[in-house]
Amino acid sequence: MAIAEWRRQLSLGKVSARELTQEKLSRIKDLDQTLHSFLEVTSDRALADADRIDEARAAGQELPPLAGIPFAIKDNLCTRGIKTTCASRMLADFLPPYESTVSQRLWNSGAVLLGKTNLDEFAMGSSTETSAFGSTLNPWNIKKVPGGSSGGSAAAVASGQCMAALGSDTGGSIRQPASFCGVVGLKPTYGRVSRWGLIAFASSLDQVGPFTSSVSDAAEVLQVIAGSDPKDSTCLNIPVPNYSDSLNDSISGLRIGLIKECFDQEGLSKSVKDSVLEAANCLETLGAELTEVSCPRFNDGIATYYVIAPSEASANLARYDGVKYGYRSEASEDLAIMTARSRAEGFGSEVQRRILIGTYALSAGYVDAYYRKAQQVRTLIRRDFEAAFTKVDILLTPTAPTTAFSAGAHADDPLSMYLSDLLTIPANLAGIPAISLPCGFDQTGLPIGLQLIGNVLDEQRLLRVAYQYEKAVNVMGSSPSGEFIP
Amino acid sequence: MSSTTDTAWEAVIGLETHVQLGTNSKIFTNASTAFGDEPNTHIDPIVCGLPGTLPVLNQKVLEYAVKAAMALNLTIAQHSKFDRKQYFYPDLPKNYQISQFDEPIAEEGWIEIEVVEKGQETYLKKIGIERLHMEEDAGKLVHAGSDRLAGSKYSLVDYNRAGVALAEIVSKPDLRTGREAAEYASEIRRIMRYLGVSDGNMQEGSLRCDVNISVRPSSEAPFGTKVEIKNMNSFSAIQKACEYEIGRQIKAYEAGEAVIQETRLWDESKQLTKSMRSKEGSSDYRYFPDPDLGPIEITEKIKENWRNQLPELPSAKRHRFSKELGLSAYDARVLTDELNMAEYFEAAVEAGADAKSASNWITGDLSAYVNSKRLSFSDLCFQPAGLAEMINLINKGKISGKIAKDILPELLLSGASPKKIVEEKGLGMISDPEEITKIIIQLLESYPKEVESFRSGKYKLQGFFVGQLMKQTGGKADPKLANKILAEKLKG
Repeated sequence: MAIAEWRRQLSLGKVSARELTQEKLSRIKDLDQTLHSFLEVTSDRALADADRIDEARAAGQELPPLAGIPFAIKDNLCTRGIKTTCASRMLADFLPPYESTVSQRLWNSGAVLLGKTNLDEFAMGSSTETSAFGSTLNPWNIKKVPGGSSGGSAAAVASGQCMAALGSDTGGSIRQPASFCGVVGLKPTYGRVSRWGLIAFASSLDQVGPFTSSVSDAAEVLQVIAGSDPKDSTCLNIPVPNYSDSLNDSISGLRIGLIKECFDQEGLSKSVKDSVLEAANCLETLGAELTEVSCPRFNDGIATYYVIAPSEASANLARYDGVKYGYRSEASEDLAIMTARSRAEGFGSEVQRRILIGTYALSAGYVDAYYRKAQQVRTLIRRDFEAAFTKVDILLTPTAPTTAFSAGAHADDPLSMYLSDLLTIPANLAGIPAISLPCGFDQTGLPIGLQLIGNVLDEQRLLRVAYQYEKAVNVMGSSPSGEFIP
Repeated sequence: MSSTTDTAWEAVIGLETHVQLGTNSKIFTNASTAFGDEPNTHIDPIVCGLPGTLPVLNQKVLEYAVKAAMALNLTIAQHSKFDRKQYFYPDLPKNYQISQFDEPIAEEGWIEIEVVEKGQETYLKKIGIERLHMEEDAGKLVHAGSDRLAGSKYSLVDYNRAGVALAEIVSKPDLRTGREAAEYASEIRRIMRYLGVSDGNMQEGSLRCDVNISVRPSSEAPFGTKVEIKNMNSFSAIQKACEYEIGRQIKAYEAGEAVIQETRLWDESKQLTKSMRSKEGSSDYRYFPDPDLGPIEITEKIKENWRNQLPELPSAKRHRFSKELGLSAYDARVLTDELNMAEYFEAAVEAGADAKSASNWITGDLSAYVNSKRLSFSDLCFQPAGLAEMINLINKGKISGKIAKDILPELLLSGASPKKIVEEKGLGMISDPEEITKIIIQLLESYPKEVESFRSGKYKLQGFFVGQLMKQTGGKADPKLANKILAEKLKG
């Protein structure tokens, strides 16, 4: 059920917020033993919030846009008084005394929080396997990963445990799991959505966005969370357009560019390539003009990203020293040892690896060769996109080179896992919006994601193209099922 | 090795001055900057670097920093940004300090200092300023069982100071003596106080100076090995630390020893510097641009607006006071040391006081009063116009200087008009020649012996008669007139 339809039924009194919340909570109870999408389920609060919505409706009050929508939030977004762990031992007991701007905006719009979802530790990973509290499984096939780092949010939406969820996307952490789990995932323009309360991984790349089961729902959620915030200086002070109004407008004559470099990838699976090209053809039949464009530096994105993101992370994660909050190693004889042990015991190996990479890349003697060079390449990648957007309106690529991979597949080779973000990273480096939406299945029945990339702040057009495609194809007529999913 | 006498040793000194900008809230958050309160009462999630929090630049801090930079004749940068300076220390909540590395808010400036030293001619010197940048202050550690982190049983951390805005001002190595260094620092303080951007209180740490100092055998020789000195909390400590260090380094070189690059601490009780840590392998702070803060942008209009708000600065005031008002360099310097005092003086002159007299009263009796009561000139209820009125009463012969001094305590307490007090108490000077003549005649009649002695040559006795006269008139007789008439009458 789409958010708009739910709103209609709720206003007609056909269903109550409590009923919907209870339905989702019982689904969580049934499924999440297996899937482990949630790190914490906030049932009491959810029911209390739902009751408030029902009371307001009964009292004839006008309901806010997301009234009664059962939501999940990635556990790197701070929720006041609700544990926010980043799936790390370091923050296992962290209770934020403040609310993230995005969750506050959800409350304000009537959403009902069901709980906090699993992620790769500190959002570092592409499989949700680096979580200190256990992996999340892919609802389409529990032998597969849900993607990451926002794997919990993607799996929760895909399995119907919630209607929508928030994730964060630093190099593809919304889009890649959306692709793996067959849901819609949107990474907005950098600065469109406030980062206040988002526990930083790489501050110049992190952006919060929605997971939903349809494009129109993504537009509804973005509408609520987007907009300037005095608490975040990188948040843009630019009016937010209406994202839903123009979804039905024709895409006839719109120029869509297929990024040549993406389709030439060695690691691109055939079923993904075929499915995405088929989606492109579908858009053509809807009146869009397809062209091939080149972004020569596109494939340098991954190397660039794995210098910049760890560099920023190495500073962002320096604060976890066992002094003020978070995990502290006991029985250390002095301060330096306490800090070192707290970090060695509190952080998992992927987090430690990235802190080490970042520390190295910023060190005297290496900073020019790594960090500064990476910044220069980042500029070139951004220019590639700028040039491409003089020729086309929207860019089209697969979201990930493959469908969901098996759990443990990259355990011994972190670099091979990094490659799964190859196609999503460039949009983060350029700060431009991108969406992943389902466009088919591979021969094993795993969903394939189509990525559409828009120009800066062009979410309206991006959502419109995605919506028109979704309407034409209706891929999501099918949803995950299996022995454990009723 | 040559001896001290034929080697013209020269010291090369540069100062790094940290000025706490006196905004009510911290540089990146609304937490209060109040000093001296209970530990950890002026903190919030941003100050403590809690996960998910973000810094937002306090625009007042930017205004203060830019105004300070303008007053130091620095060029305001077209492009400026914040960087993260990374090091682990528990007084630094995020384990990085938000500072400015390669694009400070302002560069390339200078100030003029006036160097006054006992027994030497006062001279003016222009001191170059390399840069001014903004950064956040760290918290404070209190160690138990040791004065350092090392060796302490435990340490407590107070984040009240963490996040207080600092302007770091780096001079060029243009200073040559301890006196110059102290004078430079005090001129920086004076300027900051004139601007109202800092209280410059060294005891509370609002103004902190680190000295970089080396010596070389002549003014042409390359710079020697630089030593950093910290922990001086007065201008005289800066001067003495420099002088001690210059002596120590010269002695080392003359003994054929090397001076090592290190940080030394000034020990106020022992009046010497001692080694704190060696700085051979300089720390790697892994600076990079802070992605949480965008580029710093200031429109030309705002800049112009701020520039127009700058007050007349101490050196300009000094020049004007001596050139236009005819004050001595010394008086000009004393009067301009504090803006409130300078403004009081100017208001008195404006109200018609003669500059020299106003200067004497202000730097003398009024200053003594202000200092003893721990007041500022702006707190005085005795207004500059009142001072001007009093000075004019003296200069016009309406009251004597002595009467003025007598009524001053009352004026300072009540702020009343001197004229009114004089009238009420009948303290006006007797300047009617007839009245004075009458009194003198009476006086001479009551001391016939003394009159005789005078007339037979004991002229010193005139003083005795003056004294008697003043006694009788309660000090109100116009001294000039009285002397003149007395002299006439005594002659007989």
